[in-house]
Formats: sequence, C-alpha cells, structure tokens
Amino acid sequence: MSIRELSYGEAICEALSQMLEINNKVFVIGVGVNSPWYMGNSTKDLNKKYNDRIIDIPISEAGITGIGVGAAASGMRPVVCHPRMDFMYLAMDAIINHASSAHYMFGGKVNIPIVIRGVINRGGEQSVQHSQSIHAMFAHVPGLKVVMPSTAYDAKGLMISAIKDNGPVIYIDDRWLYETMDRVPKNIYDVPIGKGIIRHEGKDLTVVATSYACHLANIVAEKLEKEHASIEVMDPRTIKPFDFYTLKESLHKTRKLLIIDGGWKTCGFAAEVSAMVAESKLFSILKCPIYRLTLPDCHAPASKVLEKEYYLNEAKIKSKIEEIIAK
Amino acid sequence: MINWYKSMLRIRRYEEAIANLINKGEVKCPCHLYVGQEAVAVGICTALRKTDYVFSNYRGHGHYLAKGGDANEMMAEIMGKVTGCSKGRGGSMHLVAPKVGILGNTAIVAGNIAPAVGAALKSKLLGKDDVSVVFFGDGATEEGVFFEALNFAVLKKLPVIFVCENNSYAAHMKLKDRQPFTEMASKTQPFLESMSIDGNDVTDVSEAAVYAINKARDDQGPTFIECKTYRVLGHVGPNDDVDKDIRTQEEVDDWKMRCPIKTLERKLLNKQIITRKEITRINNEIKDKVRESIAFANKSHYPREKELMMHVY
Repeated sequence: MSIRELSYGEAICEALSQMLEINNKVFVIGVGVNSPWYMGNSTKDLNKKYNDRIIDIPISEAGITGIGVGAAASGMRPVVCHPRMDFMYLAMDAIINHASSAHYMFGGKVNIPIVIRGVINRGGEQSVQHSQSIHAMFAHVPGLKVVMPSTAYDAKGLMISAIKDNGPVIYIDDRWLYETMDRVPKNIYDVPIGKGIIRHEGKDLTVVATSYACHLANIVAEKLEKEHASIEVMDPRTIKPFDFYTLKESLHKTRKLLIIDGGWKTCGFAAEVSAMVAESKLFSILKCPIYRLTLPDCHAPASKVLEKEYYLNEAKIKSKIEEIIAK
Repeated sequence: MINWYKSMLRIRRYEEAIANLINKGEVKCPCHLYVGQEAVAVGICTALRKTDYVFSNYRGHGHYLAKGGDANEMMAEIMGKVTGCSKGRGGSMHLVAPKVGILGNTAIVAGNIAPAVGAALKSKLLGKDDVSVVFFGDGATEEGVFFEALNFAVLKKLPVIFVCENNSYAAHMKLKDRQPFTEMASKTQPFLESMSIDGNDVTDVSEAAVYAINKARDDQGPTFIECKTYRVLGHVGPNDDVDKDIRTQEEVDDWKMRCPIKTLERKLLNKQIITRKEITRINNEIKDKVRESIAFANKSHYPREKELMMHVY
C-alpha cells in the first residue's frame, strides 16, 4: 500500500475523484464546486476530468439539495456541497423532511444514498452568518448520520464511506483543518461510520473532542505530557451514531471526562455525550462532574478581539484541562 | 379512451369508498381526496412508461392508482396496516411504488418539485430517456423552491414535466386571495414552454402530456402544464367545505356539472365507443375491486409495536 503525505483538503478531493472514477452514479453538485476559492482545494480540477458530473449551481441551496435527494432516490449517489454550513438552513426541508425520513416513511422501499457536505468556514471577522458549526442540529434528526473528520486520513476514508452508505450522511469538514498534513494511502479505503478512535493515550482524563477541537486537544495533550499530565483524547469521528464503546473503555481507565466541541453549548453535542454518560453505569465511577468546553451560547462576532474571546484555542483547552486534573 | 374511462372511474370509486370509511370512523388518517381531478392523473400517467418517474403529494391517491400502484396496498396503508405500500409508516400522504416509478409522495407543499428534477438529472447524466413528472397544486407555485427547481431544470434542459393542478384553492384560501396571477402558465412562461389546458378534459390532458413527454425524451427540455380543474371535496376529508363558508354550493355544483368522468362518458356514448351495458359492467367490476381492497386492508395486520424503529437508517 502506497502512503504519502496529503493535506486535509487534498484528501477530500482524492476521495471524490476516486469515487467518481469507479462509479458513474456519483456526482458532485453545489455552490462554488468549480470556483477557485469556495471549496478550497477540496474539489480542485475535478470538473476537468469528470465534466458534467461536477455541477456548479445557481444560488439555490434548497432546490439543489432537493434535486440531490430526488437523484439519490432514483439511484444516483450525489455529493451535495454547501461551502458554508450557515446556508444549509435554506435546505433543511430537503435534508430533514425528505432525505432523513424517506426510508422510514416509505417502509424501507426507498434509499437516499446522498452525502450532504457542509463546510465550517469561520474566523477572519466573518461574523454571524459565515461562521457556524451546526452539526448538533443534524445529529438531532433520526435517519441522519453525521461525520466530522479531524485528520486528512479520516477526511478521505469517511468521504468514501459516506458515498458508499445507502442512507443520507452529513459530512462536515472544517476549513481550519485544510492545510493539516497526514499520511494518506493512495488506494480507496473506508473509515467506518460510527467508530471513534483514541488519538492520544493517557490515564488522568478523557477528552472527547470533535473535528478542529480534536486537532487542538491533541496538541495540548502532547504538550501536557511533557509536563507529566496524562491525557486521553478520543476523536469520535462520527458524532451520530456515537461510538459509546470506545468512550466507555477510556472512562474505565481515567474516570474523568471533558467534552470539547466547536458548536454551541445548549442542547449541543457535548450535552448529548454528557447525558449518555450520566444515564449509564459509568456515572457512578466518575471522580468528578462531567465538564464541557464549547462555544458560548452566542453568535459569532466580527471584531477580532471578540473572535478571540469566542473561539476555542490551545490556551483555553489547556487551562480547562489543568483545572480538571487538579481536582 | 375506454381505458381512460376505467382508470378515472376507478380513482373516483376508491376515493368515494375512502370518504365513506372516514365517515364511519374506520379511517382516521388524514386523506386529501382527489374527486374531480381524475382527468389530470389519468391523462398524464397513461402517456408514461412504467420506468418513468412520478412525484406526487398529499393529494396523491389518484396519481398512485393511475401510474399503476397496487390498490390493495394503498387501502392497507391508509388503514395503517403492515401490508400497506409503506408498511403503515406513511399513511395516505406518503404512498410509494418504486416498481412503477413512484419514489414517494410528500406532505410538504412543493416538497417533491426539486426531487423530480433530481430524477430527471439522473436520466441526463446516465444518458437514459426516462422522464420525470411532478404533480403539484396552484399553492405550490407560491413556494420559493418551485422557482429554484424550475430554473435549474431549464438551465440544464432536463427531461421533467411540471404538472400544476390548478384547483383554485390552497387549503381554505382562494387563488385570487393569494396571488396576483390567475393563470399559472403566465408566470412560468418566462422560464420555459408553458401551456394552460382544461384539466377536466382527459383528451386535452393526454394530448399535452404526449407532446411534453416526447419533447423531454428527445432531450428538448422541460414543459410546464397548467391543468385547470377543481377539487369537488374540501381540502382534507370527506366534506366539501361549503359548510365552513369557504366556498358556495353554486360553485361546487357548477364544477360537478363539468365532471371529467361524466364528460368522457357522454363522449364515448355519443361516438358509440361504449354502450350503457358496458358502463354498468365496468362499474360493477370496479365496485368488486374496491370491496376486495377494503377486505384485504381489514384482514391485514397492524405493524408490531416492537417494529417501531424499523427502517430508521
């Protein structure tokens, strides 16, 4: 197996290209898929090779997502791209009323093998409507799987698994990860949906962290190791269905839990994981309360001073971890 | 023409039987009945192939039957039985029959317009000549996604036929209270070839359908067909909404005079294509089928409680 370093953005592009190559039912559609900047390098030059199957669209998020749902119902495997998640609200009817429910509503007779890709694209003083991470809203809906790769390896493998899946998968990638490098096999491979991974082993505290927050948590865990703190970092990779087994194994060892998520706090992913642990037998083995580190329940601001206060960073994560392990 | 007659009459008798079951309390599921609009479903669907796609809505019994959906499975679905076409999960508003190209009816107004364009995109991308038809009411043309879907279909010249069943009402509201347009085709004309026809004349509907379907198959792009018609019953359920002051008895009676089935029946008799005796025989055959469907649904089992979560992805 040939392995070399690829960036996260390049890994997504390679997954798309390889799946387009082996299956003529796969197509990529969305705002800016042929643009030089909208999708970063994650769809770069695909149109040169796959022509009609790379469809840049009029600004019609609702219509195009619905078109993807109908194409999927008739047997295609579309990847519908939303270069900023914020615009996915316009497509909620297609995603929730139609994609998520069709298999159930029609007694298992209709499959919707669609990947709906939302990009978290924040920072740079973009403010409220160009900055959101709304993964938890999708995780709330029955029938949707929600994946959030944090490495280039997973970005490729989860895209491949999502395209192969017979149901709708919300694939959420993060522009802040696009330049991160990882060893990525050249061949087509799956990262199974619903399977988390321990990124950093430790015994003092389990940190469950999603997407870019996991990237930061790993850096912090490495640094703290030198300061003799032993942190276990779990990357769920899929937020729904969540890999509770991997978390359980980890908590038996550490008996302390911090959940870090780049979404809002109330009814968010961190709240859900907290509740899963709280209502399980694990609750009785915990040595301290469950902690959450998330965005505040506030919209994304523009001013760089407020942005710094708003978003997660290494310093905030390190300080929270130190506070917990000192208890 | 006799087949049109049989198909329309069959829809009418099923709808009347369902109305009767609702009145008797044997059907609880909300049913949006198709009485009065039969010529649209039949005129369009009889011009289609089995492999062509039909996308329909909450007023979808007629489209389902006309395209070849199984009548027993429809009745069982309406009664919430596991033998229903959606295994008791969908009910009246979510009929499905993938084997005859019905990929699932939606209860969201305009919800299936974009998916229909998506199925047409499949034909285009894979070089197939299957066409896609979507049925929707005049109310659906008030939704933004309608224009998004129309724009894309025209832009990519997709094989889709937009069939607007203009029955003058969206739930309780008259068209004139909702739109500055009375002609649906006038507002889509800037996008694509649009025609306005008598939706109560199955011959007219069929002629328009054949034209639009051939055009789509020949890769000549989409067509919008406005079928002017009327739902004789109310928005939902077996009553006519006259008692709710939504419309007048005179208006309903006027349209009943223009019944698409009676109109065709007169034509068939005048041209001596059919006899009174044959009409009686057809009626009896359909009545037997309806009875059989109700019996099938009645004796079918409900889904088991432990299967609640089955079919969630």
